[in-house]
Amino acid sequence: MSDQGTDDMHGQNGMHDQHDQNDKLDMKNPRASSASRSCQDCAHAAAKESRRGFLFAAGTTLLTIGGALVAVPIVGAALAPAANRNPSKWIPLGKLVDFKVGDTVLVTFTNPWGTPDDGDTRENACYVRCLEAGKFQVFAVNCAHLGCPVEWFEQSRLFMCPCHGGVYYEDGSRASGPPPRGLFEYQWRIADENLEIFAGRLPGLQEDA
Amino acid sequence: MTQEKMKPALMVKRAALDGLRWLDDRTGILWMLRKSVFHRVPRNAKWWYVFGSATMMFFTIQIASGIVLATIYAPSAAQAYESLVYIDEQVPFGWMLRALHGWSSNAMCIMMLIHLAQVFLHGAYKFPRELTWVSGVFLCLTTLGLAFTGQIMRWDADAYWGLGIGAAIADRAPGIGNQLRALLLGGPVISGATLTRFFTLHVFILPGAAIALIGCHLYSVLRNGISEMPKAGEPVDPATYREGYEARVQKDGVPFYPDAARHDMVFCGAMLLVLIGVAAWFGPFGPGALPDPRIIEASPRPDGLFLWLFAALALLPPASETFLLLVGPPVAIAILAAVPFLSNRGERAPSRRPISVLLVVLLTTGFAVLTLLGVRSPWSPQMKAWTSTPSDIAFIADRTPLELQGALEFQFAQCRNCHSIGDAGGKRGPDLTTVATRLSWDQLVRQIQQGGGNMPAYGKALSSVETQALVAYLSTLDGGDLRATLTGALEAQPARDAAPEPVAAEHSPRQVQ
Repeated sequence: MSDQGTDDMHGQNGMHDQHDQNDKLDMKNPRASSASRSCQDCAHAAAKESRRGFLFAAGTTLLTIGGALVAVPIVGAALAPAANRNPSKWIPLGKLVDFKVGDTVLVTFTNPWGTPDDGDTRENACYVRCLEAGKFQVFAVNCAHLGCPVEWFEQSRLFMCPCHGGVYYEDGSRASGPPPRGLFEYQWRIADENLEIFAGRLPGLQEDA
Repeated sequence: MTQEKMKPALMVKRAALDGLRWLDDRTGILWMLRKSVFHRVPRNAKWWYVFGSATMMFFTIQIASGIVLATIYAPSAAQAYESLVYIDEQVPFGWMLRALHGWSSNAMCIMMLIHLAQVFLHGAYKFPRELTWVSGVFLCLTTLGLAFTGQIMRWDADAYWGLGIGAAIADRAPGIGNQLRALLLGGPVISGATLTRFFTLHVFILPGAAIALIGCHLYSVLRNGISEMPKAGEPVDPATYREGYEARVQKDGVPFYPDAARHDMVFCGAMLLVLIGVAAWFGPFGPGALPDPRIIEASPRPDGLFLWLFAALALLPPASETFLLLVGPPVAIAILAAVPFLSNRGERAPSRRPISVLLVVLLTTGFAVLTLLGVRSPWSPQMKAWTSTPSDIAFIADRTPLELQGALEFQFAQCRNCHSIGDAGGKRGPDLTTVATRLSWDQLVRQIQQGGGNMPAYGKALSSVETQALVAYLSTLDGGDLRATLTGALEAQPARDAAPEPVAAEHSPRQVQ
């Protein structure tokens, strides 16, 4: 601030020392042509001009800094979901003894994170297929085509999607229709005689559940 | 006597004039009115020009009804559904308010699309009205956005799974799919944050954008004038158009209000009554099933306006789907917005622009056919057909026990979800009413066990006995039953057409292991 002030006091050349030359020139050029260089008031006029230029530069700087600071929480909060940390946790689905070998069953679970505001959408469902004692496949209910809920049919051992007719075999592999791949699978583990899955996000083509 | 009587009236009139003069001095309102509602328009701007006004009238209804709805609706995933039921059942006139908002949304979109087609067919987008068109294209997108986000406000099963479809489409964007999806949903799942996000879009961002765009749209209409009815042989030449138009409108034009506005008023008034009638008769949209992902028996369908998209997603070749979903819309929008720059001058009359007419016909037909297919959705398995679709007696009568067992397998193995017999059942796979005339016993066995042609293989799901029974049954579907179902006189048919039982008996032990 004081640097600029003293520069300007030296005379007209002060303008060339300005950091923000463009703003300065725009303000000054019309007058520079009409003002006589030898005139008494020159120094005074120059000082006035540079004060104007300084105010403009200061205003621009302050608004830019202030605007950027205000934008941080606004843009930050708006884009926060894109940070996309995986909030998944291990969720118990039930006792091992409750899963019969050879069966595929629909199991519901509650999202490991969320708010009371989520209502029913905090709940979720998955298909647990018990291949043999202690060996499982856990499928997301979402069709790999566009996410509609697939339904399990025990008799034909098929998952069918009501939207565009995607069909999957009991091992989750694609049987027919538009899906580009088989059903999404959750990671599972056995802890304390419980079957647990790692869940908490909508499965999608980019990554499994 | 009369002068004395007139005096107070005169004074009132003078005071009113003084007041108006004061108001005009401070606001310039008369100048604004002269420039807007009284601006001169071509004399022949009549019934073809009413659709834009009707679109705006329905938008006004949306704003008014939407504001009141927003005072009652609870934009919370836990309470939205119940607040809609509350509006429908408890709030005085609540159901009619929702019905008006829903149907007016449809009406607005229909009027907007007709307006778009009319402007395109009349070449009204040409010089100097390019930006009128461009602002109209963005208005069109904003309106469709409002319609889609409004469907989400219902927060029922269709809304929930519709969001899932949106998320799955966003997810396909290479590299940024996850981030895009998270921004769309407001997190890694569909949740309360998703509803508040779409609520913000639906009641703040998109209406704000629409109002701003309507301002631009109307301003450019006022600045460049309403186009005249196109006449063949009167091409637009940017060098001379403005002077010619000004001269014609000054010489032969009429003020928009009241001359041209009469048509708009009659049409809008009639449409308003139609809207009230339709809303009162059909009532509000939804809410449908609960937005509970645990309820797996959902069959999500979009609103009518987006059924064509639903159909396209089922019919696009899977290999091209991601590309078309991500690249198609931006390219289509860019082409639409670029129309006035691609063809800026020349003939406006539809009779001299056959390609434009053909385009409108093709696009309209295409969207209509896709919408119709979307209503029927033959590609969707009928998830309940195997338990709820009855078999016509003609397709069961006179069968052997083995064949009857096959008929049961046909139900229990969910064959019927995709295949019809006698027009009852799914349409995903071929109709099997006369399958025995097309496929031999061996071919039937092979098709069931190995699948193919978009049919899953049933080799692991059905035992050999079950397959044998099923094929025995299918082999009786040789068309002989059709006469019975068609005439409805089973008794009149003396004997069923020769069924391939002997062949079946001969083949079955060998073929089905």
